Amino acid sequence: MKIKNVLKSAVFGIFAVSGAAHAADVTLNALFMAQAAYSEDDIRNMTADFKAANPGVDVNVELVPYEALHDKIVLSQSANGYDVVLYDVIWPAEFAQYKLLEDVSDRIDEKTREAVLKGAWTTVEYDGKYYGMPWIADTKFLFYNKDMLKKAGFDTPPTTWEELETQAKAIKDKGIVDYPLVWSWSQSEAAICDYTTILSAMGGKFLDADGKPAFNTGGGLKALQYMVGTLDDGVTNPNSREYAEEDVRRVFSSGQAAFALNWGYMYNLANDPAESQVAGNVGIVPAPGAKGISKASAVNGSMGLGIPSKSTHKEEAWKYIQFLTSEKVQNKYARLSLPIWKASYSDPDVIKGQEPFVNAAKTSLAVMAPRPTMAAYQEASAVLQEALQNAMLGTSSPADALDEAAKTISDMQ
Amino acid sequence: MITHRKTVTAWLLLTPMIVMILGVSGYPLIKTIYFSMTGAKLVAPDLTDSWVWFHNYVRALSSANFREAIWHTTYFAVISVGAEVVIGVMVALLLNEVFVGRTLLRAMLILPLALPTVVNAMMWRLIYNPDFGALNALLVQLGMLDAYRSWLGDPATALDMVIIADVWKNFPLVALIALAALQTVPRDLYEAATLDGAGMWNRFWRITLPAIMGPLSVALVLRTIEAFKVFDIIYVMTRGGPASSTKTVSFYVYQEAFAYMRVGSGASYALIVVLISACLIAGYMYLIRKHGEA
Amino acid sequence: MQTSLAKKIAIYLGAALLALVIALPVLWLFIMSISSSTHLTTLPLEWWPDSPTLENYRSLLIYAENTPSQSFLYAIRNSIFIALAATGLSICAAIPAAYSFSRMPGPRRKNLLYAVIAIFMLPPVALVLPLYTVMSALGLLNTHFALIVVYCSILLPFATWLLKSNFDTIPGDLDEAPIIDGANRLQAIWYVILPIARPALGAAVMMSVLLSWDEFFYGLLFTNDIRSKTITVAIADLAAGRVADYGLISAAGILAAVPPVILAFFMQKTLVSGLASGSVKG
Repeated sequence: MKIKNVLKSAVFGIFAVSGAAHAADVTLNALFMAQAAYSEDDIRNMTADFKAANPGVDVNVELVPYEALHDKIVLSQSANGYDVVLYDVIWPAEFAQYKLLEDVSDRIDEKTREAVLKGAWTTVEYDGKYYGMPWIADTKFLFYNKDMLKKAGFDTPPTTWEELETQAKAIKDKGIVDYPLVWSWSQSEAAICDYTTILSAMGGKFLDADGKPAFNTGGGLKALQYMVGTLDDGVTNPNSREYAEEDVRRVFSSGQAAFALNWGYMYNLANDPAESQVAGNVGIVPAPGAKGISKASAVNGSMGLGIPSKSTHKEEAWKYIQFLTSEKVQNKYARLSLPIWKASYSDPDVIKGQEPFVNAAKTSLAVMAPRPTMAAYQEASAVLQEALQNAMLGTSSPADALDEAAKTISDMQ
Repeated sequence: MITHRKTVTAWLLLTPMIVMILGVSGYPLIKTIYFSMTGAKLVAPDLTDSWVWFHNYVRALSSANFREAIWHTTYFAVISVGAEVVIGVMVALLLNEVFVGRTLLRAMLILPLALPTVVNAMMWRLIYNPDFGALNALLVQLGMLDAYRSWLGDPATALDMVIIADVWKNFPLVALIALAALQTVPRDLYEAATLDGAGMWNRFWRITLPAIMGPLSVALVLRTIEAFKVFDIIYVMTRGGPASSTKTVSFYVYQEAFAYMRVGSGASYALIVVLISACLIAGYMYLIRKHGEA
Repeated sequence: MQTSLAKKIAIYLGAALLALVIALPVLWLFIMSISSSTHLTTLPLEWWPDSPTLENYRSLLIYAENTPSQSFLYAIRNSIFIALAATGLSICAAIPAAYSFSRMPGPRRKNLLYAVIAIFMLPPVALVLPLYTVMSALGLLNTHFALIVVYCSILLPFATWLLKSNFDTIPGDLDEAPIIDGANRLQAIWYVILPIARPALGAAVMMSVLLSWDEFFYGLLFTNDIRSKTITVAIADLAAGRVADYGLISAAGILAAVPPVILAFFMQKTLVSGLASGSVKG
């Protein structure tokens, strides 16, 4: 009987969608990602609020996985594409080269420029022009399982990467958990974000002053050696090499890891009893630093909202972007993604119930390291991803893998 | 006169098809060849054309990554099609016997065939999941494996695991074709051979295999051509990882043209794939002609 | 012929093994689809949900604006529409072409037939770039029309070939007779050939629908959102975006498989004969 009802409504649903065009004057098509930061529900609720406040404007929300986001933006450059797109901090150089996004510099006033976090602006800025509004101010944090740390006899979470490994070893040796550390090291951008975090802690540089690859020396090499070292010591979950962020969250939330490096969105989800078996036990601190070099480390993982240059509803699209990035809306949905506005970080409503998250963010967002700005970033990143994988899987040494990647990337330039 | 009219009619009947094929296949193929000799970019491709002759091909063939992708694709095609043919024939022989439940089993063969490729890929990805996947749990609980392991995260096993998923979906196709062929083999042939004292192996090699060889070889070439196009199962299961060990040529072309926007060199990669496929297609044509008909 | 006991045992063992190999993965997919995500991530893995739930199906099937069900149901609609339209278009062009190839062979037409089959075999990557740029220039990306047209490149050669093999088995004087009586070719095809070739026509239609339903590569590149996204693309997006929501992904997979599986089961005989005619009759 139940099944019958479900089926009935499904059939009805298919018919309903066939005739579901309402009488809106303008329909915007917006592209978001279904991954970290704001949840699908958040985005849909914000959109519903926007529609309620703006009768006559309808919005179709499209969510794709992060991995497909870049290609979708590029592929939709036709008369039938999107009006608003979410894009990553690493793409404006390429998008500007191909004129894919609208330059909105004159739409952003001085007051707004002052009120938004400095690090967030780097997301949408290229060559002195603004290609949208920042929306997600995010970076990788270190999450830890309070119980496990206590059991192993540690009062405070680690402040350096070396200390992280020491604590992880102790937790493993005491038999508290098989693999204390879990990361998103699959062959994807996620691995580059983890690598960048550690590279910046160890004082590494992606490119030297002449724009030539330099990650195969100094801090960049040390970072990869550290990553491979944790695998060799058996403190990193070996499956990390095929994980994306959501896998990391699942493993950490099911109590199979003591530490995890992940985006801010994991804090409230891992503390939610419906989603997690370790709720109430989750601590969050900035990713560690390195002795004598840095106190904390972070990667710039911010994202912005822009208007594709082919859009035919630019005014409405800008209205929608302004609504989504407004302080009011961002403060209301601050559980999975912290606002871009400086004032929000002292707003009691935002902070309440997630003080550790906001405190960590205050430190982390100030030390965010950028990934290199280059038009061919996607390709360079793919080369580097493969090098990281080769080193982590033991098919080549970290030094060889990075040298080869550096050579390939400098040939590309 | 009548023949002339007949010829006109014949071509008229063909017209809708010819127009459509030229539009959706003929023209694009010519244009791909044109693209492959330019430096066309995905964004405004006709504005960024610059004639580069065979430079793209030289680059493609000297690229170690592309050669590796060709190797992965070849490995995938040979191993998966080989396994599909062997398993398919064994299953066909089994279903050619008389036993209770035969009809049900034949119906079951349809299930993998009808399952969309993307769903199949997703299903196996869930089964192979290193922490919560059914494969690890099953093998460990049965005592066949002492610890959970990563199947798709290890370059040594990832491509083989994708192949298993592909074989599971496609062996029924070979089985059904082989079964249809088996049913045309006259029973008295076997009986005569048995009277001559031929054993089971002997009968298989001397009677069964020659009888189904024709349809089987056609199925084999068809599957090989299909396997060479492989894209969706890779896209869903591994996206080319780990360490690019499952990157196939179709995936490579996709990346070159749509992620890096180099339509020109993407086209040259695609045409190299076409050349390899063309050899296989020629083989298929040869088989069809050999089996009379057409 | 006597079957020995040993052979009997071997046959039943083989049959049991085959049944398990086919059924188990799909059964597991179904079990996952009626489990909650937390249950699926408890260790050690339990093989049966303690409280089976249809929640995953409900969240995909009950239409509500701006929920996962919206994109899912739209995708189902798009897939149905595109599959039917592409099939209809292809079959309409394939019937006269197949008749011409079968009844009026000539050396040039024979070569054309081989060319058509060869085109069917071409990998999509060989055609996709110009098709994409043309569709983009015409503003047709992200429409049903784009996919319907592109799918014809796959379905049309296939259907032509299948129907031609079948028409060859129909005696020639059957349709020559009405022609001598003054009917034209199209009438002959309509009134004489098609009624006889109905099973083959069914096979061609069904295989075409299955091929379109299964197509992923063009769908991925030519669609952006609910207006045209097909079910295969929606599933791939869901599987990559909600990586950890195993129950929901499984339910979507099961639902996407239901139409083709039902179609294939009902038309089993046709399907098998269709497969066989492409190879046995060569």
